[in-house]
Amino acid sequence: MELLSSLGDGFLIALTWQNLLLALLGCFLGTIMGALPGLGPSNGVAILIPLAFTLGLGATPALILLTSVYYGAMYGGRISSILLNIPGDEPAMMTCLDGYPMAKKGMAGEALSLSGIASFVGAFFATWGLILLAPQLVKIALLFGPAEYFALFALAFMTLGGVSSTNQAKSAFAAALGLGLAMVGVDTQTGVPRFTFGEVHLYDGLDFLVAIVGLFALSEVFIFLEERHGNANADSRQLQIGRLTPPMSMIKQCTPTMLRTSLLGFLAGVLPGAGASLGSFISYSMEKRLVDKEGTFGKGDPRGVAAPEAGNNAAAGGALVPMLALGVPGSGTTAVLLAVLLSLNITPGPLLFSQNPDVVWGLIAALFIANFMLLALNIPMVGLFTRLLMVPPRILMPIVAMVSFVGIYGISGSSFDLLVMIGFGVMGWVLRKLDVPLVPIILGTLLGNSMEANLRRAITIDNGNWFTLFDSPLAIGLWAVAIIGFILPMVFGRVVKGKMRQRRDEEGAISD
Amino acid sequence: MSDRIFGIFGVLLAIGYAMAAFAIEESFLSDAVGPKAFPLIIATVLGLSSLVIAIKPDQEPHWPPFARLAEIAAAVVVMVLYAQFLPVIGFVFATALAATYLAWRLGSTVLGAIATGVGTSVGIYVIFHLVLGLSLARGPLGF
Repeated sequence: MELLSSLGDGFLIALTWQNLLLALLGCFLGTIMGALPGLGPSNGVAILIPLAFTLGLGATPALILLTSVYYGAMYGGRISSILLNIPGDEPAMMTCLDGYPMAKKGMAGEALSLSGIASFVGAFFATWGLILLAPQLVKIALLFGPAEYFALFALAFMTLGGVSSTNQAKSAFAAALGLGLAMVGVDTQTGVPRFTFGEVHLYDGLDFLVAIVGLFALSEVFIFLEERHGNANADSRQLQIGRLTPPMSMIKQCTPTMLRTSLLGFLAGVLPGAGASLGSFISYSMEKRLVDKEGTFGKGDPRGVAAPEAGNNAAAGGALVPMLALGVPGSGTTAVLLAVLLSLNITPGPLLFSQNPDVVWGLIAALFIANFMLLALNIPMVGLFTRLLMVPPRILMPIVAMVSFVGIYGISGSSFDLLVMIGFGVMGWVLRKLDVPLVPIILGTLLGNSMEANLRRAITIDNGNWFTLFDSPLAIGLWAVAIIGFILPMVFGRVVKGKMRQRRDEEGAISD
Repeated sequence: MSDRIFGIFGVLLAIGYAMAAFAIEESFLSDAVGPKAFPLIIATVLGLSSLVIAIKPDQEPHWPPFARLAEIAAAVVVMVLYAQFLPVIGFVFATALAATYLAWRLGSTVLGAIATGVGTSVGIYVIFHLVLGLSLARGPLGF
């Protein structure tokens, strides 16, 4: 009952005109960003953070806007998968498998509306899962001392590369690079400058928003410049959408699939290092094994459209659980959302639920509202989004670059930050070429300082004894999971990734 | 080969980082760990992972031909110039020029690129400055 009354309070917060409008705007922009190939949820949210920030939005409205973008992007990715056979973002990759064949059979409208419903089901159940699971996780997290937190951060880094990276050395490199960048600036505990090389601009440290926008958004512009597929997708293809409501029998046929994959996707989302791409992948594989008796999967089976869509949207909701309850994000986009919270001076983690219940429950209520809005936007208005898909990258990418510059300049008003952002953009491009994941870098710059603070606190409390880090059963458990999580992908990662890549060789290291 | 160079670069980076960490001046009031320890741990991880990358390289990535690299370098130069001149000539002009350049290099026709550039610049100015009230760089003409 306590949950329901908190949720009621949340709805009171979310149901203001400003917040509803922001949620609608976020859903709309998110769907567009998800649908456009080249702009995924992480870049989408990254570009909008500085704007939400400079517009002076409060914590709750800013979060409502950006999580609506996040959910929206998860919905939007399917549109180009189905119509063009080009995934709008990575999690939508599996939707191509059956979505495009359906569209070729003249059932594009049915595929779009069915996948919209599947997205809704996945996201709806995942939001309930978030409500039920997050407070339980908070109870565990309250037992954590500084040593356990340090182990938890280590766990996050060691598992983040996870299944999406084939080379754990490169994930470790990325995490260390991010942590190293976080160290730049004046040490908060002793007041000595570190790695500043006498540059006054660096005394405050590097702004992680600058790093995020540079790594995600600008590097994307460079990728497009390199390949100059500026004209790709611009050829006006015949987009026959057809009827926009799936027949009842089709929904009925897909219901068990949607429910099963929602659960599976949610679990994949909660686990560190998995994220939405894996959620949709295992959902599709499991359904194929379970119900594909006639071998219709891959040839336009509606269940093959419903499964990955319910799975990836449920995983998107699931990934919010560790981010909100522990302050440790499990995927790329939630890492970016963590940056939002940190730049609003809110520290996620167990105390968030007791200190800022308005933020948490307002956000959860907003997720429900956004989900209904997205269902409404995505079924009747899907035609509008398909027309926006025709915007070629040669027009889109300059806009993306310029909006990124405006956002960063708006925060600090300094050209120096713009130069740092360009530097990060180039670095992001090189690292993506070398197949180094970018998400651990972001997570490192975000969490580096609090990771170090916890380390120093733990050891100072125990009079300089470093073994205090492995002193409690909880800490040992976390270390064990971390080490298993680091080693396991070396064995299985290649297999899973290989299967995911079999279908589509995508350039880009942005997962989620 | 790329991974080997990258790995060696990473090792050098780690050594440089560790040296910079040793150079941190300690304050006389310090906690048990001090400001150097964590950066040194990071340098170790950085160095070890780079070493592994250098010893066990992945498949060679697909590098673009020289012309495309020059393309990216030129875009970087334009962006740096944009950052430098933004406060001098004002948001609208700087943005229009930079966006025109990018649109042109991404394959627009010259006229199309100019239209994209001006449209982007004026569009952002109207939405973000006039409607949303974000402060943008002012040029000598006030915009």
